[in-house]
This record gives sequence, C-alpha cells and structure tokens, in this order.
Amino acid sequence: MGMEILGLPMMYYIAMVAKVLVTFIFVLLTVAYATYAERKIIGHMQVRLGPMRTGWHGLLQPIADGVKLFFKEEIIPSQASTFAFLIAPLIALIPAFITFAVIPFGGVIEVAGYKIPLQVAAYYDTAAGQVFDINVGVLYILAMSSLGVYGIVLAGWSSNSKYSLMGGLRASAQLISYELAAGLSIIAVFMLSGTLSLHKIVALQSGFGGFDWYIFKQPLAAFMFFVCSLAEINRTPFDLPEAETELVSGFCTEYSSMKYAMFFMAEYANMVTVSAMTVTLFLGGWNGPFTAAMPLLGPVYFVAKVYFLMFVCMWIRATLPRYRYDQLMHLGWKVFIPLALVNIVVTGIIGYFI
Amino acid sequence: MNPITPIIKGLGITFKHMFLKPVTLQYPTERPRVAARYRGLHGLKVSHDKAKCVACYLCPTVCPAKCITVEAAEDANHDKYATKYEIDMLRCIFCGYCVEACPVDALKMTGEFELANYSRKDFIYSKERLLEK
Repeated sequence: MGMEILGLPMMYYIAMVAKVLVTFIFVLLTVAYATYAERKIIGHMQVRLGPMRTGWHGLLQPIADGVKLFFKEEIIPSQASTFAFLIAPLIALIPAFITFAVIPFGGVIEVAGYKIPLQVAAYYDTAAGQVFDINVGVLYILAMSSLGVYGIVLAGWSSNSKYSLMGGLRASAQLISYELAAGLSIIAVFMLSGTLSLHKIVALQSGFGGFDWYIFKQPLAAFMFFVCSLAEINRTPFDLPEAETELVSGFCTEYSSMKYAMFFMAEYANMVTVSAMTVTLFLGGWNGPFTAAMPLLGPVYFVAKVYFLMFVCMWIRATLPRYRYDQLMHLGWKVFIPLALVNIVVTGIIGYFI
Repeated sequence: MNPITPIIKGLGITFKHMFLKPVTLQYPTERPRVAARYRGLHGLKVSHDKAKCVACYLCPTVCPAKCITVEAAEDANHDKYATKYEIDMLRCIFCGYCVEACPVDALKMTGEFELANYSRKDFIYSKERLLEK
C-alpha cells in the first residue's frame, strides 16, 4: 500500500482531504444556491418570478449578492463590545459547517483498491472489515447545533442595541425550549437502533430494498424532530429572533458587509444540516434501491432527499406566518415535550413486547 | 380546532400556486398594456400641419392645479393661435379637465407614463414637446 504515515496508508490521507474538500465545497455551493432557490420557489408560490436579471433566469444572483456584500462598508457600532462583535459571526458559522463531518452521505466506494466510506469522520478498517465512525455522532451534532446559538446570543449582546439584544434573548429561549423536544424525539430512534453512530443508524435502515426507514416506524418522532429543528435554526414560522416586524432584523441588526453574510450563510448551512440530519435519522440516509450494485447512487439519493427537505422548509416559509412568542413557548413546552415523552414510553412498551 | 388541517390546506394552496403563470411584468423589456382612456402625458392634436389649439384660455381656467400657461397671438390669416403652450408636469394632477374643457378638441391625453426627468425645468413641457407626433 506504499507509504504509511502514523500507521495509516497514504491513501487514507488523500481520501480524507478529498472528502473534506468535496463535502465543504458542496455544502458551500448548496448554501449559496439555497438562497437563490428560496427566492425563486417563494416567488413562484406567490405567483411572482423571483430573481430574473442576473444571468439566465437570475442564476448568478447568489454570486452578485456575495460580491455586493463583500464590498460593503464594515460598520462596528462605537458602543459595541468589539471582540465579541467580531467573533460572533464566526461562532455562528463554523458549527453550522463542521456538523457535516459526521453525516454519512454514501456507502463504501473503492478507489485504487482502497475502500473509502463516504462520511468525512470515518475510515474503513481492512483488518476488521468494517467502517468505523465517531460512535456518538448524534450527540456531536446536537452539541454543535447548540453551539451555534452562542453566535446569535453574542451578536445580540455585543451589538449594544435593544433590537439585537431582544433577538438574541429570543433565540436562546427558543433554542432551549425546542432542543429538549428535538432531543427527546430522537431518543425514540435510538431505542430502535441501539446505537448513536450515524453510520450504523443508516445501515439499519437499509432493509426492504432500501426503504426500511425509521419514519415509517416513528412518524410522530420524525415530524416532531423536523418541526423542532426548524425552530432551532430559526426558520419560519419560528423566526422570532429576526422578526422584521418587531425587531428590525433581530440579532444581526447592527451587522453589515461580510459579517452579515456570514449569519446568512450560517442560517442556510443550518438548514442543510438539519435536512441532512432528518434524512439520516428518519429517511434512510443514502439508502435507496440498487445502492448495493452501484455505490455512487448513494450520494445521489442522499442529496435528493436533502434537497427535498430543504424544499419543504421553503414551502413552509411560503405558507405559514410567524408564531407569536407565547404560542411558540406553548407549542414547545406544552405540546412537543409531552408528545415526545409519550412517544418514548409507547416505543418502550412496544419494543418490550416485540 | 384541529391545528393540522389548516396547515396542510395552506401548504396545498401554496403548492398549487407554484404552477400558476407568474403575473410579473418584466418591465423595461415587457411593456404594460395601457388602457384606452388612460390619462398620461398630454398631447396637442395637429390638423393641417399645425396645432388645433385656438388659445381660448379655457384649459388654464379650468385647471385645478394651475399648471397650464397659454399665450395667444394672431397669425397671417388673422386666426388666433397659441405662441406659448406650457404644462408644468410637476404640478399637473392628470385630472383631464383640460381635455374636457377644450371647445375645439385640440387636446388629448396619451398613454405615455414614463415622465421622469433629471432636472426640474425639464418637467415644464413646451408646445413643441406636447405636439402629437
């Protein structure tokens, strides 16, 4: 196998770098074009056209937006806490991207006799003949998605503006309420799978020709997880932290230029992550028909499912108005958490007898 | 009330609308169809190669915005005509009373609606600019 570094073949490092680059660039492009897709889809749902002028049917719009924001003036409010103000966009953006390290987006492919699992933080152990990935992948994702809110809270606090502070406060309250319900609804999945490793969870859903998805066994958990995730990433109808009607634009009121763009990228990257997470846990990950014969179909199925869920996010945004603050809290604490608990108990009882 | 059904219904409505033909008009390239009786920029009608206006002063009299300036004179055939006929488009309210008042049907309102200009004095339309093409 040629050269070895630290007991691992050279191919391991090449594959790792390639996987990181491909995943990162793919997510980045998806984030850029998610903004375009959102404007287009919501436009058509409102019987408008959406962006049409920048390039053919507005296809260059995300690039034009990026260039415009890049050349905008950087404004730091004189009363702001400068360090926190500068670091907040990064804290929001980085967790949104690094969650992708543990999400499996395909099966095992073989390049030049070396088996590569299509998951960034994973490798194929030839001696053991199986894939090893981070064995608490779900916990890692939950941890990272909770880190993201620090960016928002810091941004709200350090801007030294009332609107921003209100936005930040709302974000933290919302995250705490909905992360509980989201976490509880995933527990039902762990009760079925018996593992926290995302690779194994996906492998367990490969029955029935790739259609043994957990959504069929846990429809309520899937629904609750998706809705709570929407709330966690501040998407409509739960976008209270940036409610334009009340808070100008919430935590990012005082931000301009690339720092503002970073919050936007974080929001859309979070949307990709949440969709990928829902796909992995409930929609069978990269499983689908004929993946065993053609391993490259895995990523195709995965991307198709993720894009479908992102479309659903945009669809919901085009349909529903924003919840009132007390309704949001009511929904989180009095509806979703009891439902999730009941779901766990019912899963436990049924699991005990089967 | 069951909270899920209205949400599903709403989602159905937005999904249906996604396939409707957008009503957007791609403005500078696609032009709107202006109604026949639209009150846009005024036009002075021409007959036998000169304006029909006889400078009777009925239009500045009836004008509620007082935006029309007319000065009369006599031509070689001893006919009255307007040496000066100006409409200040910054004051005009496009009510069309001038057109109604005109006894010789010399004035009309066209479908022209793009009346933007770069300086204030360009908004005072002279007789030459108002003559119908």
